[in-house]
Amino acid sequence: MSEWRYWLNEQRGTLMGLAIFLLMFSVYIANHPAGLTVNVVETAANKGVLLAFIAMAQALVVITAGIDLSVGMIFVLTNCIASWIVVGTPMQTALGVAGVLLAGAACGAINGLLVIYGRLQPIVVTIATGAIYFGVALLLRPFPGGSVNEDLADALTGRLFGTIPTSLVALLVVVLLVWLPFRGSEIGRAAYAAGSSETAAFMSGVPIRRARFAAYTLAGLLAGIGGLFLTFFTYTGEAAFASGSGYTLWSIAAVVLGGVSLYGGRGSAVGAIFGAFAARTTGDMLFVFDVDPLWQPLLQGMVLLVAVSIGAIGLLRVRSRLDWFQ
Amino acid sequence: MTATQSQGGTPLFRMEGICKRYGGVRALEDASLAVEGGRIHAILGENGAGKSTLIKIMAGAVVPDEGRMLLEDRQVAFRSPAQAARAGIACVFQELSLIPDLSVADNISISNPPRRFGLIDRTAQRRLAEEALARAGAEDIHPRTLVRDLPLSRRQMVEIAKALAWKPRILILDEATSALTAGDVAKVFAVLRRLRAEGLALLYISHRMHEITEIADECTVFRNGRNVASYAAGTRSGSEVVEMMIGREVSGVFPPKPQRHRESPPVLACDRFGWSDRLHDITLKVRPGEIVGLGGLDGQGQRELLLGLFGVLRGTTGNVSIDGVATSIASPGTARAGRIGMALIPEDRKTEGLMQPMTVRENLSFAALDQLSARGVIDRDKEERAIDELVRLLAIKAASLDIPVGSLSGGNQQKVVIAKWLMRRPRIILLNDPTRGIDVGTKQEMYQLLRRLADADAAILFYSTDYDELVGCCDRVLVLYDGRIVRELEGAGITERALVASALHVDAQAEAAA
Amino acid sequence: MTEATENKTSLRARLPAPFRRIDPAVLIAFGCILLLLFLGSLYSSNFLSLEYLLQQLKVASFLGVIAAGMMLVILLGQIDLSVPWVMTMGAMMACAVAGFGTGGMILAIPFGIFCGMVFGLLNGFGVAYMRIPSMIVTLATNVVAQGLMVLYTGGFSPQDSAPEAMRWLATGFIIPGVPNAILVWAAISAAMVFLLTRTTFGRSVYGIGNSERAAYLSGIDTRRIVMIAFAVSGALSAFGGVLLAGYASKAAQAMGDAYLLPSIAAVVLGGTSILGGRGSYLGTVAGVILITLLQSILSVMQMPEAGRQIVYGIVIIVMLLLYGRGPASP
Repeated sequence: MSEWRYWLNEQRGTLMGLAIFLLMFSVYIANHPAGLTVNVVETAANKGVLLAFIAMAQALVVITAGIDLSVGMIFVLTNCIASWIVVGTPMQTALGVAGVLLAGAACGAINGLLVIYGRLQPIVVTIATGAIYFGVALLLRPFPGGSVNEDLADALTGRLFGTIPTSLVALLVVVLLVWLPFRGSEIGRAAYAAGSSETAAFMSGVPIRRARFAAYTLAGLLAGIGGLFLTFFTYTGEAAFASGSGYTLWSIAAVVLGGVSLYGGRGSAVGAIFGAFAARTTGDMLFVFDVDPLWQPLLQGMVLLVAVSIGAIGLLRVRSRLDWFQ
Repeated sequence: MTATQSQGGTPLFRMEGICKRYGGVRALEDASLAVEGGRIHAILGENGAGKSTLIKIMAGAVVPDEGRMLLEDRQVAFRSPAQAARAGIACVFQELSLIPDLSVADNISISNPPRRFGLIDRTAQRRLAEEALARAGAEDIHPRTLVRDLPLSRRQMVEIAKALAWKPRILILDEATSALTAGDVAKVFAVLRRLRAEGLALLYISHRMHEITEIADECTVFRNGRNVASYAAGTRSGSEVVEMMIGREVSGVFPPKPQRHRESPPVLACDRFGWSDRLHDITLKVRPGEIVGLGGLDGQGQRELLLGLFGVLRGTTGNVSIDGVATSIASPGTARAGRIGMALIPEDRKTEGLMQPMTVRENLSFAALDQLSARGVIDRDKEERAIDELVRLLAIKAASLDIPVGSLSGGNQQKVVIAKWLMRRPRIILLNDPTRGIDVGTKQEMYQLLRRLADADAAILFYSTDYDELVGCCDRVLVLYDGRIVRELEGAGITERALVASALHVDAQAEAAA
Repeated sequence: MTEATENKTSLRARLPAPFRRIDPAVLIAFGCILLLLFLGSLYSSNFLSLEYLLQQLKVASFLGVIAAGMMLVILLGQIDLSVPWVMTMGAMMACAVAGFGTGGMILAIPFGIFCGMVFGLLNGFGVAYMRIPSMIVTLATNVVAQGLMVLYTGGFSPQDSAPEAMRWLATGFIIPGVPNAILVWAAISAAMVFLLTRTTFGRSVYGIGNSERAAYLSGIDTRRIVMIAFAVSGALSAFGGVLLAGYASKAAQAMGDAYLLPSIAAVVLGGTSILGGRGSYLGTVAGVILITLLQSILSVMQMPEAGRQIVYGIVIIVMLLLYGRGPASP
């Protein structure tokens, strides 16, 4: 009974993200002409799953009180890589998938190295590495094109047992294989500690640097998984600048909606997933309410602005004005 | 019984000839200490006597310059707190080392969690936490509570549990009871007695005399970085202990105080001023020409009082009046302006007083820019003249005024902080421990300056952690304890002895006993 | 490497006094400009012609105007990521208002700038009063500005063409041979130098960038200063957009996308610390010219877009590693 309460308190941010998503999704379904059908869910899942991967990536870094503005570009770059190498026999395809994931992780590791060991500000570093990653993507795919192993792509974007969208299952598998082990490990806890209070973490002998590095690297890996799935959905690779910067932006929005604190230390990647689906649903809601598509960017922008302003409520509790400047 | 034991048993841990310097300042000089198992050893000393440095060295947070440490006659050296903890020395630090967003259980085994399949074993971790909390007498804290949801006193109990989770043989408690309520202190004492019975060596640092009398077996007094006396607890009277802590000759040369004060109305007065749970019912008056000291132990609300008067704190209660007129001060900008004319020399000159990378010149004129400019454009000639005047007045020594202020010596940096405020010719000057970490020569210059400013009718409120200074400089001293003014000393009544006694709240204790 | 630094110091020692105080980063940036020109001249003698140089300065002036605002914000230790769409909005709104007869013609440029200022104020309010990280606020306002412009244009490039005044400002000549855009940039630069070195506002900006705590405790209304700085940045972004639209004869969707990264890069390459508090405006000018020349040379050498992005990113990181490092952390 009381155990339940502690769990609730620990997961508050995540549950808030879930609540926002459920609310939006039920409003969406209620107003959808077709209602809750397998098709509707599959479309929603496939739309949301890409942002969910990127938001998870962003959440990992934000938990350490950092930020990665290159996630969207890693996503685009891995998409372009995948459109070259995830082809051929099952063996070749498997190697290709491994290569794509490795490339994503390497991009994240470069960010981590520059931020932690180069002692540079994450904002500027990741803007700059983002440009590099995009440049490489453009080198690989000056024009949209390429292909992907279609059997694999169809298998991973269709349905399992005719009802469950496979992409959701894939997302679940990633949560189980990447997020939960990270969360449960000493390094993962150190990442939270570093984001929550760097001085206390240092005094307690927590491996701050290793934790931060791991967070950036895993973020790259998750963005790479996102890029892979993008390729499965589109069957091509495209170095689209707008897509990359859009995903970066919405990953931050998703993280905030999912209850992850931008000051670090609080929230979870699972919350970020709910945040991502909630963010995607805003777009769909406008569709079912028959809002002129031209209004969509503006309304989404307003939602984003409101979401980031929520954090300012805590300011009212500040008793010493000097705390503004920390 | 204790005497025979201390002669017979070899000490569990010894430190000999320990020296530590920070820049030019000596924190410890040939200090030594021996602790035995099954005893509670109290360390006493004034602020800055070297206690904290000593503990940090023992706990591996600071590496000594000279000297050796022996654990059961084997020489040891610690490079990190974790190393010391593994050797069996755990420390409950004064500054909290808990991570607010993690649970109590996570915090207790933060650097050494039980593992299973490479991951943290939550079940085992929880069991460890429950054990440790029970040993610390805090069974009521649920291991899954997030630290940020706990009140300060409970967090302190978690700190103690965290130290106990290392299963140490020596436990250091540095001001570990300072945030605790009386009930919690009693619990902690029960725990400490049990640990003593289990054979642990306990090192207990506190400013609360009655606590030491109650719990310690043995006391060592530190002064100026040396251990000056050790005695069995209960063999010295309170006043004798205070004498040992002060012990030194008055070294600063202070300007003479004026004999009698004009009975002018107070320029600054506050009535039942309070803030949060840190300040209660502060009522004080400062007249022009008067230097009023704020005494007491570190962290009894002096800093908050000065910040509160300067308009930094939100939600203060009570009244502040300037020249008898009730005034609300909501920001330093208001505080410094026209009618009020207040200045605050902040505690930390590195982050609060100066912009280190900016030049001496830019720092000097920064607080007075509004007075040196017309319509937002700086009058360079006026600025130049004002800067020159103050550099001369305060004898600021700098190779050039165009070098970063951070490259000056500590004393000269402090002079720049004061000069930047004097440029505004303030009527009320608040000083937050302005002589900390600066050389004796500059200190003396500062005392002279304070008196000159007072003679020119400034009202000065002066917090210092150095009792000597309060005795030498102040016309009156208000002693704070736990956010309240507990004593007001005046004229010849301001003695170091009276200051230390009232800061430790010994009088009240004696009164209560009587 | 060490020899080079030694040479530089001895060179600096021999310089007349006013030059000796210049930040080495500024000298390096100007050195790089000369190096680029030299390399370019090996490729084609055109690179040293007056015509080419003026042309480059004209192109640089758009970036220069935007970078001036960006510098102000970076000096505070903040960042303004709303540049792309605030810029586009300034251009579109100016062109739109110009459609309303003579009154519109007169108000076109001020109105465009005004729109940018409003967004800057919004950014500043979020950063200074709501204490939201500047990066997040400005990302969000960028989307809002984009949303407004999509709504206004219907997603296509607007048909309004830039009014005569805007074209004249960007491409006309008051002084024969020197495009007006350069004069505009020079005027804004002069104003920036004055603002940063001679006014209480400028001093406060540096003070806040070094330690907002210390500035606040010195009695400065730091929140107001931060908000004004963001407003100026927004206004200058929009003005940059107005100039660019005048140059291209009309506003276009996403015309600002190519200016965000270069404006940050120009400020940082000019020796301004990304953590705030340090940097001289001269450095930003050098950074702007450096970036513009780099772009020009890469395009003359027919370097594809991909290569340009990579070169940018690498140049920024290398320069950051040279100057922009934070203190050693535990």
